Amino acid sequence: MVFKINVNGKSQNVDVEEGTPLLWALRDGLGILGPKFGCGVGQCGACTVHVDGQPVRSCSLPIEAVGAGKVVTIEGIGATANGKKIQAAWTELDVAQCGYCQPGQIMSATALLNATPKPADADIDAAMSGNICRCATYVRIRAAIKQASGQKVEA
Amino acid sequence: MADGFTEGASRRDLLKTGALAGGLMLSFSVAGKTDAAPAAEAKLNAYVSLTPDNKVTIVSKNPEIGQGIKTSLPMIIAEEFDVDWAQVTTKQADGDPATYGRQFAGGSMATPLHWDELRRVGAAGRAMIVAAAAQTWNVPVAECTTALGVVYHKASGKKATYGSLAAKAATLPAPDLKTVPLKDAKDYKILGRFMPQVDSAGLVTGKPLFGIDVVVPGMLYATFDKAPVFGAKVASADLAAAKAVKGVRHAFIVEGGTELSGLLPGVAVVADSWWQAHKAREKLNIQWAEHPTSKQSTTDYDAQALALSKAAPLRTERNDGDVAAGMKAASKTVEAAYSYPFIAHAALEPMNCTAAFKDGKLEIWAPTQNPEPGRQLVAKTLGMDPAAISLHMTRCGGGFGRRLANDYMVEAAWIAKQAGAPVKLVWSREDDLRHDFYRPGGYHFLSGGVDASGAVTAWRDHFVSFGNDGKFASSAGMSQNEFPARFVPNFRYDLSLIPTGVPTGPLRAPGSNALSFVMQSFIDELAHAAGADPVAFRLKLLGDGAMVGTPGQSGYAADRMRGVVKLAAEKAGWGKTKLPKGTGMGIAFHFSHMGYFAEVVQATVAADGAVKVDKVWVAADVGRQIINPAGGINQVQGSVLDGLSAALGQLITIENGAAVQGNFGDYPLMRIADAPPVEVHFLITDNPPTGLGEPALPPAPPALCNAIFAATGKRIRSLPINTEALKSV
Ligand code: FES
Ligand code: FES
Repeated sequence: MVFKINVNGKSQNVDVEEGTPLLWALRDGLGILGPKFGCGVGQCGACTVHVDGQPVRSCSLPIEAVGAGKVVTIEGIGATANGKKIQAAWTELDVAQCGYCQPGQIMSATALLNATPKPADADIDAAMSGNICRCATYVRIRAAIKQASGQKVEA
Repeated sequence: MADGFTEGASRRDLLKTGALAGGLMLSFSVAGKTDAAPAAEAKLNAYVSLTPDNKVTIVSKNPEIGQGIKTSLPMIIAEEFDVDWAQVTTKQADGDPATYGRQFAGGSMATPLHWDELRRVGAAGRAMIVAAAAQTWNVPVAECTTALGVVYHKASGKKATYGSLAAKAATLPAPDLKTVPLKDAKDYKILGRFMPQVDSAGLVTGKPLFGIDVVVPGMLYATFDKAPVFGAKVASADLAAAKAVKGVRHAFIVEGGTELSGLLPGVAVVADSWWQAHKAREKLNIQWAEHPTSKQSTTDYDAQALALSKAAPLRTERNDGDVAAGMKAASKTVEAAYSYPFIAHAALEPMNCTAAFKDGKLEIWAPTQNPEPGRQLVAKTLGMDPAAISLHMTRCGGGFGRRLANDYMVEAAWIAKQAGAPVKLVWSREDDLRHDFYRPGGYHFLSGGVDASGAVTAWRDHFVSFGNDGKFASSAGMSQNEFPARFVPNFRYDLSLIPTGVPTGPLRAPGSNALSFVMQSFIDELAHAAGADPVAFRLKLLGDGAMVGTPGQSGYAADRMRGVVKLAAEKAGWGKTKLPKGTGMGIAFHFSHMGYFAEVVQATVAADGAVKVDKVWVAADVGRQIINPAGGINQVQGSVLDGLSAALGQLITIENGAAVQGNFGDYPLMRIADAPPVEVHFLITDNPPTGLGEPALPPAPPALCNAIFAATGKRIRSLPINTEALKSV
């Protein structure tokens, strides 16, 4: 079945069965490989994308539920002001280890800044707790969010 | 064990092989003409090439698993080549041991194995460039200097970029690597600087760098179902039902073998998309054959361990002095039983591999830590000549030792061949957690004695581990030198083994990741029994000597360890900070992977038993040079949190011969709210630089457990930490 979805500002047709998670429609259907598969059950956040500005676990969102929602992936988030700031802070502080979780972390962090321009530690904990980093880069994730939001970064 | 990077003997072999296969044997191919590289690119050696516009490409030989090797090894070469890091692009090597020697990510070995060799590779490249300049200008080599990729001749004011000299340099003979001069460390411009990893920009913008991102024209997607009981055969499967699912092209039974690290029996489904294959799996209704290990369980292992602890050991591994006399001489004795569970690696990128079979040749794209054994396994299993298999190493979404095994590689190869099309095999998270090579569990029945002076007079450990036919299962071993062996006069290590059908293997800081918890916790018990301060007690235990044993793999530099223990205590304000009720500090130290680490954890235990780690201080001695603090500190912090994460929540339970936990709901990994700040201090000592991928992990769990004891008076003797038992209301 062909679904028309809007991804990173572009309307695209993707031919998948009903019930296919957005993650797999993006990855295998459209070749948008930034969103990652980590658990498939909404537990790890590696697959996080934005739908109408909200962070969403794309592994758990069936394609038919996307409708006219505007999907933004890690490939498109750099075109937004906060996305760009977050990416820059991530690079400067060299947040990643293996990097596999980082597309999801960056999507969640950008959504956090969109909602809360100067997040406190508790805001960071709340917004980022759905994103597992197996390499445990949490110290730098916190620091990079502080840096991107123009707050003092503790060592 | 074939994959046992950690057991003493194989580690030594590895060092030997590394030295032989290293740069001293490197062929310095005189570049260019026969090469596939564009004509403008001059290749100075197997690692370094440049273009006339002074752009430098440096090959990284080893797999990148997040340890930062794709950045750090080229940094070593670039430093001695004397170029600007901004000029450098790095390139991932393919699996090519003929050119690069052994390529693997394991044992934190890359730094010690390559530190000397790759500096010489860089320096040799520089010497060739300088020789080309000297010839061109007709001046003595000794009058030429270099900086940031430019050669200068001061007297004549001449200068030229490396790039402009490269074509000529590539025709010159390579200098002798053994004698090529190296820089003084004080002149380093790249090493020791905070260099973000080379893939950074790609990682933050979602570039397809990982194995799971590989796309090959005409590629299909596969899943592979294996028996919950490791190695059980397929009795029946409803292949027709799976094939009836839209998009499914093939469904077939793979006979497989019995070697747990090879191709096991299972059912493959191949479809146009991964989701289709994944859905079709549900229709297979696979019946598995009975298997000899299908009655094994954690409960039964626990009962066996207890029974074995009361019987005579299988054998005695070490017996120094007279333990009975040492116990008698003690003013206090302590007995305790410690245990730790099987745990999984849970790399965030599930196991996957892409393979394409065409005209008798196989091409593989694999996120592997250990490419060459993978190629050999595939060749053997498919009955192919290894030379007909080409292997591309992709970035790995975490390794932790899991990808030292290549089971997923041989599965992808087999399925691709049978399907007659390129295939990307992707495991689900459940496949990954239930088909790991687990960190084996273990049991230690300990007794020890201390005298009035606070010295340990006796130590006895009856270690009940896992193994078959009198041999340790992979990574289930303990060295006869495991600390505090050699530091206690009356010391005995007895061993018994429980047979297991569960596949085991190395997990980050193998052996050490569990043994440190046991030893450093029991040392803490003895310190408290002696009424001594845990830091002072440890310093006394370490003695006044320097090297204990032979330098190298089995030597233990007690002076280096004392150095980091003192530094960690000092930085944490040990004994100086007044802590509120329910909060405590604990210390632990461990030597592994040639690195000396001491860590202090401050933790708070709430009335409901919840444990919060407030902060961790790390003191590390890995020699005279931190190659890249960006990646190095990240590794230390990640290792510490990895250790805490495992101690706080990770457990694989075996029931009916199979692993129970299947996803992050029942196999919890640390999340950001639970991650404390981790302060890292390097103690720089005049020793060769060693690796940082693993040795920071082992002290973290015992430092936490010792902090919990300081906070509550309750001793954790079994992992993961049972917060129920810490309740005070
Ligand atoms: S893959 Fe979607 S939350 Fe883990
Ligand atoms: S960087 Fe490896 S999982 Fe986060």
